[in-house]
Amino acid sequence: MTPFVRFLWPWLALAIVFAGVPQIFSSGSALTMMSVMGEMIIFALSFNMLLGQTGLLSFGHAVYFGLGGFVAIHAMNALIHAKAGVPIVVMPLVGGAAGLAFGLLFGFISTKRAGLVFSMISLGLGELVSSSSFVLRSFFGGEEGITTNRTKLAPFFGHRFGSQIEVYYLVAVWCFLCIAAMYALTRTPFGRMCNAVRENGERVEYVGYSAQTIRFIAFSFASFFAGIAGGLTAINFEIMNSQQLGAQQSALVLLMSYIGGVGYFAGPIVGAIVITFLQISLSDVTDVWQLYLGLLFIGFVLFAPGGIVGWLMLHRDAMLKRGLWGLAPAYAMVAPALAASFIGAVMLIELAERELALARSEGSAMRLFGFAVDAASLAPWSIALILFCGGVGATWLLWPRVTDAWDAVNVRLTARTQAWASPSR
Amino acid sequence: MLEIVIFSTLNGVLYGMLLFMLASGLTLVFSMMGVLNFAHASFYMLGAYFGFEISRHFGFWPGFVLAPLLVGGIGVLVERFGLRRLHRLGHVSELLFTFGLAFVIEEVVQMIWGKLPVDYQTPPSLDFVAFRLFDTTYPAYRMFMLITAVAMFATLLLVLTKTRVGLIIQAALTHPDMVAMLGHDVPRLFMVVFGAGAALAGLAGVIAGPALVTQPSMAALLGPILFVVIVVGGLGSLTGAFVASLLIGIVQTFAVAMNFSLSGLFGPVAPPLLGDLWQVTVAQLAPILPYLLLVTMLIFRPTGLIGKRES
Repeated sequence: MTPFVRFLWPWLALAIVFAGVPQIFSSGSALTMMSVMGEMIIFALSFNMLLGQTGLLSFGHAVYFGLGGFVAIHAMNALIHAKAGVPIVVMPLVGGAAGLAFGLLFGFISTKRAGLVFSMISLGLGELVSSSSFVLRSFFGGEEGITTNRTKLAPFFGHRFGSQIEVYYLVAVWCFLCIAAMYALTRTPFGRMCNAVRENGERVEYVGYSAQTIRFIAFSFASFFAGIAGGLTAINFEIMNSQQLGAQQSALVLLMSYIGGVGYFAGPIVGAIVITFLQISLSDVTDVWQLYLGLLFIGFVLFAPGGIVGWLMLHRDAMLKRGLWGLAPAYAMVAPALAASFIGAVMLIELAERELALARSEGSAMRLFGFAVDAASLAPWSIALILFCGGVGATWLLWPRVTDAWDAVNVRLTARTQAWASPSR
Repeated sequence: MLEIVIFSTLNGVLYGMLLFMLASGLTLVFSMMGVLNFAHASFYMLGAYFGFEISRHFGFWPGFVLAPLLVGGIGVLVERFGLRRLHRLGHVSELLFTFGLAFVIEEVVQMIWGKLPVDYQTPPSLDFVAFRLFDTTYPAYRMFMLITAVAMFATLLLVLTKTRVGLIIQAALTHPDMVAMLGHDVPRLFMVVFGAGAALAGLAGVIAGPALVTQPSMAALLGPILFVVIVVGGLGSLTGAFVASLLIGIVQTFAVAMNFSLSGLFGPVAPPLLGDLWQVTVAQLAPILPYLLLVTMLIFRPTGLIGKRES
């Protein structure tokens, strides 16, 4: 493989995936879900430009997403009103420009400080904007939000974007472009300096760069891409309301990026896909999916800080050194225990939810994993408790085997590198 | 006019003292462990809900004593089994953990007590009028809140400056390694301080619950204001947190009582250029004021009122 082909094939594969998935999942709801995934991929990647690349943890990133969406939707309404011949495909850029403008404004204030203070400021600014949205009603539309009709804009080569498949391809093209742009940005000297600021801001100053300026530029870029994601969301849903820029949305993008893995470029992409899928499919199954999401997040923070992609990359390293089979027996032992504690926890939560929240209005009878059970009786509770406690206990007892297996793999790795590096070779 | 000033001052000081009950714990934990506890306002909410649940079965006063202890116990568990094992991964992991915790606590509270506010009532023993001024009455329960908050403030001050434990805590704020060398169990000290901070937040919740609204969003509403308080006061400074709490409490309470708007000031000649902005009254701006204060403070004095610490 020439370097050029090696550089090109992942992008070609990505483009084929983007173009091909509607052929496999062609239902209306799947197309909507995939459109949301595309928007969230851009949003999460822009968030990770701050957290993963520059080391800035923002609790108010949805501000730029939401404001981008609001400006885009107002621009669309103005264009419809003026009957101007601007097609819808450029509207995400309007959202991006708005995100950039607000990012320059707020970034100037908030990037003065790094670390925890930056996080607090981003939280304060997020609250500032979201509580302003209840005061400035003509711009934010109050409770009901601002609506538009995307089909009234000028057609783009005959496409009016009335059907979801057209919207999907619009999102997909923008998503591909943004992924490519953000990846390219990480390869520039500026992207490397961002990483340097993350690792040690003081040293960056000694080399002659201003850490504050680098934070400011990174923040502006991140706001720009968040604005694009917001503009696409406005087009997809044809409505924006103040929830889109509130604390919930800011928390969601943080959870997505972290669960995906902030240490790798692909992490937020995986996180956005997985969490959007869970969000849409779980909210049909259970009323407390947000609780599961929160617990999942805490689980990742405590036990897998690298996220999904970090965990996979760990195993890829082991596989490359042929250590993967050594891990298999330990994993096979722990897996049933983990599964039992997981099922037990889900049962406990669902039973509690039924008994505490729904029993008065809908009775205590429910279906759990396909079985009809009565949440007021003792049997399902005791089964759930036994599964959960037994599972957690067994995991705790068996976990040393997993760490031992990993130690063996790591010893193999270091032994091999040492043999290779030793002078007798 | 005078009565508005007097009552707003009283309410403002009361709100400020409540804020300080939370901010003091948050500041102590931050200066000791470097952890910004996102779930601190959630402890406050848990205090209110525990107080409500206990008062339903046993009356207000058992809840007043037990609920903060329960919340403190939860705080100890969180420190021991959550934060302590994350310490080696750095402060961002700890912050994210408490963030996830706040998220989960809100969901659990919603699941157990429902999404609507619960009916947490003032105890009958305190349900009378404390005093009357120009036809306006002031409820005794608010006086009780004020007294509790001031008493707690005095106790905290005494414990921190006059007792042996307080001196060790003060030493551990700046020189944890040295304190450990002298034979004190610093991790346990962290755990105790974290638990005490949580209990204080729980106490604030118990006394604020009947006066304000006990609802699942109360943590999310108060949490950001709390962070404004400690950033404006200067991270890690107890005095700063105290001043900032009172400042924000009074500013916000006075703003609620004011009904001016720009269009009222300039009359009907107000240009229609800014739309809503002309119609907005100061009272409507009250929820935004703490954040505006934060932004102004960061522009003119990025370290806060009494802050030295650069992080």
